[in-house]
Amino acid sequence: MPKITYIEHSGKEHVIEAPNGQTVMEAAVKHAVPGIDADCGGACACATCHVYVDPQWLDKTGEASSMEQSMLDFANDVEDNSRLSCQIKISDALDGLVVRLPKSQH
Amino acid sequence: MSTGEIKRVIIVGAGQAGGETAQRLRQGGFAGDITMIGEEPCAPYQRPPLSKAYLKGDLSMERLLLRPSSVYAEEKVSFLSPLRAVWIDRANRKVRVEGGRELPYDALVLATGARPRKLPLVGADLEGVHLFRTAADVDRIRERFKPDAKLVVVGAGFIGLEVAAVARQCGLSVTVIETAVRPLARVTSPEVAGFFLDEHTRQGVRFVLGGQPAVIKGQERVTGVALADGMEIEADLVIAGIGVTPETTLAQQCGLSVEDGIITDARCRTSDPAIFAIGDCARRPMTHYDGRVCRLESVHNAVEGAKIAAAAILEQQQPVEAPWFWSDQYDLKLQIAGLFQGYDHVVFRGVMADRAFAAFYYMGDRLIAVDAVNRPGEYLGAKMLIQTGRTVAPDVIEDMSRPMKEIVAQAR
Repeated sequence: MPKITYIEHSGKEHVIEAPNGQTVMEAAVKHAVPGIDADCGGACACATCHVYVDPQWLDKTGEASSMEQSMLDFANDVEDNSRLSCQIKISDALDGLVVRLPKSQH
Repeated sequence: MSTGEIKRVIIVGAGQAGGETAQRLRQGGFAGDITMIGEEPCAPYQRPPLSKAYLKGDLSMERLLLRPSSVYAEEKVSFLSPLRAVWIDRANRKVRVEGGRELPYDALVLATGARPRKLPLVGADLEGVHLFRTAADVDRIRERFKPDAKLVVVGAGFIGLEVAAVARQCGLSVTVIETAVRPLARVTSPEVAGFFLDEHTRQGVRFVLGGQPAVIKGQERVTGVALADGMEIEADLVIAGIGVTPETTLAQQCGLSVEDGIITDARCRTSDPAIFAIGDCARRPMTHYDGRVCRLESVHNAVEGAKIAAAAILEQQQPVEAPWFWSDQYDLKLQIAGLFQGYDHVVFRGVMADRAFAAFYYMGDRLIAVDAVNRPGEYLGAKMLIQTGRTVAPDVIEDMSRPMKEIVAQAR
């Protein structure tokens, strides 16, 4: 199974193995990674699963949809590599993906 | 009550509110015993997808679970299910469960949810007539949820309309019966309700508005629904989405204040300071609405209640978020921020014909709620405004040349 590394704002790392088809948000929530709230469960309705994709993975994670981009416009501390993790689907191509978490989701 | 004294927390109810409470307590550093008692035979799961992806068959039960079943043991949460709590002994701080066992608590969290209302009609127990609340309900529905089956949905609230949308996408023939003269009457304005009515009609849903179902017909299985005016609608499957009743039996038996929900203060404490109530079963004063006491049925409210109750038990502070909701129907994502009840005028940003617009609800000068359809920026922007008690003049909202982000930044 692909491995995803989540780095909390404090620097603490969580390496999680997750099955293909799950989202980067779901894998984090199911393993209680602090810093990804994802209150809506992945419906792209709450913007509380904001992550920064490690720049070298940006090609593989693809671009945010217009709906996702509109949500991100209102998230805190948005950067060029900001994504909503509920919109990134895990696949073999993302094995080794590194995402960093913002200071706060609200 | 200091944290030192709370060594044992019992959570009654293992829906999203109950599950979140256990998680928040552990994340917040609570080291004492946590017992969670749930009536359903599975770990806490997300209910919103039941009327969307799960009904469609796009989501497995495993993905529906909020967290894997194994997490509860790992986090030393004693999760008892399926099990029913039957009595609360407040004087001795014990919960009695089926079979007679008594479990002691220092703090008790009631997250008992709500029961779907049954159709008060002859024939409501026929095979093929379903309520819509649990994964098990949907599993049963799915056995007959097949192309060309005739579905009658009673109730045009969010559940009814989401089910109707999925049913059309799956090729069922769909009739929605609603006693009110318009759909979504409890949750949105006539204008936005009209938009959804038009969309469903275009998608082939037949509506009987102002219809009074009188009898559900059939021998063993349902064959149709007869209305009071004599009309009869054929049905292979009937789904009732006519609202819920808060599950307050335990609270009432032990003498807590209950009035369409268990009454709590803003920190989710009931009339007994050792007992909290959260989620669908509880009513609390709304921080952003002058303390108006509301019972909300939503994911946000479940999660919020869990955060508030856990923080209160841990004697920590917890900021409160303005309420939010969402509904997915066809390719329409409706996102709602705030509470629209009591609005005196509504202003539109964008036009309905574009299938992307937002309705801003005002009470006097004050922005109190927004319904955004395929307009996530308007939704999130409005949520921030409501959260921080700011408002925007209607003419500014209507001006599409000004980006929502700029409007929010300049709002006072």
